[in-house]
Amino acid sequence: MMQVKEKSKTVIMDGSKLIVESLVRSGADVFIGYPITPANLLYSYSLERFREFFAAPDEITTLQWMCGFSTTGKIPVTATSFPGYALMLESVNMAYMMELPMVIVLVQRLGPATGSATCGAQGDLSLLHGSISGGFTLPVISVSNMNDCWELSNKAMKMAVDLRTPVVLLTSKEEVMTQASFDISQLSEINLIERKQYSSNETFVPYKTEESLVPEFLKVGNAKHQVRFTASTHDQKGIIQNVAKEAIENTKRLEAKHILNLNKHLYFDYDKENGAETLLISYGITASASREAVKNLRAKGEKVSLLIPKTLLPVAPKYFEIISEYKKVVIAEENLSGQYRKILFGEFGNKNISGVNGFAEMITPAKIVDAVLFK
Amino acid sequence: MEKFLTDEALPFCKGCGHHHIAGNTEKALQSLGMNPMDVILVTDIGCHGIIDKSFKTHTVHGLHGRSVALASGISAALENPDKKVIVFIGDGGTTIGMQHLFNAAHNGFNMTVVIHNNMLYGMTGGQCSEFTPMGFKTPTLPNGADKAGYDICKLIAAVDGVTYVSRLEGIGDFSEQLAEAFSKKGFSLVEVMEICPSYGVKSNPGMKLSNVMEGAGLDVKKYADTEAVNYKSKINQSSNVLFNDDDIIETAFPSKLEKEVRLMLCGSAGEGIQGAAEMLLEAGIVSGLNGTKKGSYPVTVGVGFSASEIILSSDEILYTGSPNPDVICVTSTDGLDYARKTLTSMKGGKLFLDSSLTAPETKAEVISFPFRERGGAKNSSMYCLFYMLTATGLFPMESLMKVFSESKISKKIDAEKMFQSLREPVIANETKKIIS
Ligand SMILES: Cc1ncc(C[n+]2csc(CCOP(=O)(O)OP(=O)(O)O)c2C)c(N)n1
Ligand code: SF4
Repeated sequence: MMQVKEKSKTVIMDGSKLIVESLVRSGADVFIGYPITPANLLYSYSLERFREFFAAPDEITTLQWMCGFSTTGKIPVTATSFPGYALMLESVNMAYMMELPMVIVLVQRLGPATGSATCGAQGDLSLLHGSISGGFTLPVISVSNMNDCWELSNKAMKMAVDLRTPVVLLTSKEEVMTQASFDISQLSEINLIERKQYSSNETFVPYKTEESLVPEFLKVGNAKHQVRFTASTHDQKGIIQNVAKEAIENTKRLEAKHILNLNKHLYFDYDKENGAETLLISYGITASASREAVKNLRAKGEKVSLLIPKTLLPVAPKYFEIISEYKKVVIAEENLSGQYRKILFGEFGNKNISGVNGFAEMITPAKIVDAVLFK
Repeated sequence: MEKFLTDEALPFCKGCGHHHIAGNTEKALQSLGMNPMDVILVTDIGCHGIIDKSFKTHTVHGLHGRSVALASGISAALENPDKKVIVFIGDGGTTIGMQHLFNAAHNGFNMTVVIHNNMLYGMTGGQCSEFTPMGFKTPTLPNGADKAGYDICKLIAAVDGVTYVSRLEGIGDFSEQLAEAFSKKGFSLVEVMEICPSYGVKSNPGMKLSNVMEGAGLDVKKYADTEAVNYKSKINQSSNVLFNDDDIIETAFPSKLEKEVRLMLCGSAGEGIQGAAEMLLEAGIVSGLNGTKKGSYPVTVGVGFSASEIILSSDEILYTGSPNPDVICVTSTDGLDYARKTLTSMKGGKLFLDSSLTAPETKAEVISFPFRERGGAKNSSMYCLFYMLTATGLFPMESLMKVFSESKISKKIDAEKMFQSLREPVIANETKKIIS
């Protein structure tokens, strides 16, 4: 979608291709998946591109196999949509508790339930926000254009590996299926991400941590040290405990590590206009409509700033710093009731905060313009 | 001799059958001369599952019913087939996660599954499982089960891919039978029949395990013992990058288009809509334009409507939805039904409509032409595409000709003939109605 410049290399591209290629170049070892529209392009490109590919018989199995691969030091990837993610939920909690890196590409489609498989949506953020039982944060990174499909796939994997956690790369039907002219000459180099292994001779304590609050990893089946993984409440040794203090501290660390390291994995675009009193916030598929709306508003001489959060969860304090500079905030997202708006500001909200919402259709730039201008 | 169990007491009730499986597993592994670091024990949720802390092997303790799937991932990922993956699961875990056992057997994943079948859910209070035998009582079935439980050995032995299946009575020394299963490559399963004193014995006073087994027809024997088709992960040797310089589309015939143009092609599945749309996008790029294309079709791709939205612009394209197309091509009834709402809300623009169809109320300029008649249903979209470009001049025809002649469709459609028939005037009986 870039302007044609000299020496540009224009091809017909889609987001699925960029995500799969980027993940493989980032060092993802294996794709495990169960077909579901609109994630099927990711599935078929992965079959072509991944060194190892497994067709699982359902989404619970998908996540369990991924966990198995992850305990051996490999980096697994899957792609799904709401119905599949719903089945994965308990196993995502398991991966979170065991601290197993993996990337789940979630392609949003219209719900509830089976809904409309071929219609896009942004309806799953509330579910992701509450995915981990107990009030813990599951990291969610959201793409806002084709270039993000490339860059953020790598960043999502880096976050998964560095923090030893499942990470959701959030997309939607239009973002991974729409084809577009795209200049591949401007794609950045993708860095290979490696999983470091514990290398000391001292007894390995599976969930012992230092400052980063992320335990060192050692693969199951190694010849030197006993390794334990468990999804039940456990102490540093990986031994099941009920609510013993050490074990509860270890569980609470799972949230603390994400908060502590958030700034290393914080991605957003902030297009600030001096003198603007209104901030437009948008993410995912609606970010493009918002960019166009801002362009149109500025062409009319209206002042407005635009924040596109990409690390959606954990919510960064930085976002509130930016928000506090404005009198009025408008949040545009394609779901019925404003899921990110509620995550940021609660159910009750505030008269200076309004939402532009849509269901079963993409939000138009015109609708966003109206909301920004509404007094 | 290597110890596989710690010296601490096992975490089970007095007399629980799970004790015997733990002890015999250690003995079996010792008899095979294994090292604890060569063994990965994957345990399910249930009383049997809390054994992991007592084992000196690698241990992985996951969710209720999912241990076999988790072990499948470990087994498929391990590069060393001599590592031994063992799964401890109950009849409860087998009930909730039965598909994983079939699936692991089918794939021949290298592991041994040890089912601790005490015929009820111990951990949650002795409720019945799908393995509770006819007549066997549990605290929730005071009159006894009224159906036979599953014979998991028979069922798993029937799966193509399995190596070894046996059932045994979990009393005394059964380490040799366990060792036989552990020594197999591929998928092996041992069902160990045992009792839960806390619930099973209490609900069935005076019961004898061997009598229960006999009554239920659960024989102690081997159900499968074949050569392993040892699982090897499928490595994709021909992994190719998904895009490269071969895919580059060079600008050949620049377009003078200044504003963004939004187009919609609407027709029926199997009539080339998506192909025509892709060609339009590519031809736009050959003309130096930016473009996007998205398809819409019902979930069953082979029937009903097929539609595509294309945007072409000399500028960067941000928003890719297209509520108000400038140009819309409709070549079939399905397509018209799909486009109806858009057509009635259009404030201008052009509609290229097959002459067999009646235009709905629209402010778009309607241009009718017998695309289906002249090109046949299958080629109607392609005929319409060429006609539309001639009429609108969005970008040079040379671009479309270039893409067309390099595509497979050019083998099926004679371009000369197509142009000829697109130029021929419309005769009266071909056209039902022309509205302008
Ligand atoms: C998804 C889920 N559902 C229910 C439970 C509750 N639960 C824990 S153990 C168990 C049954 C255990 O029975 P079995 O597998 O036969 O093992 P046993 O306790 O008899 O050794 C159940 C239902 C759970 N942990 N997870
Ligand atoms: S409740 Fe039953 S299965 Fe559980 S430990 Fe006690 S005897 Fe064993």
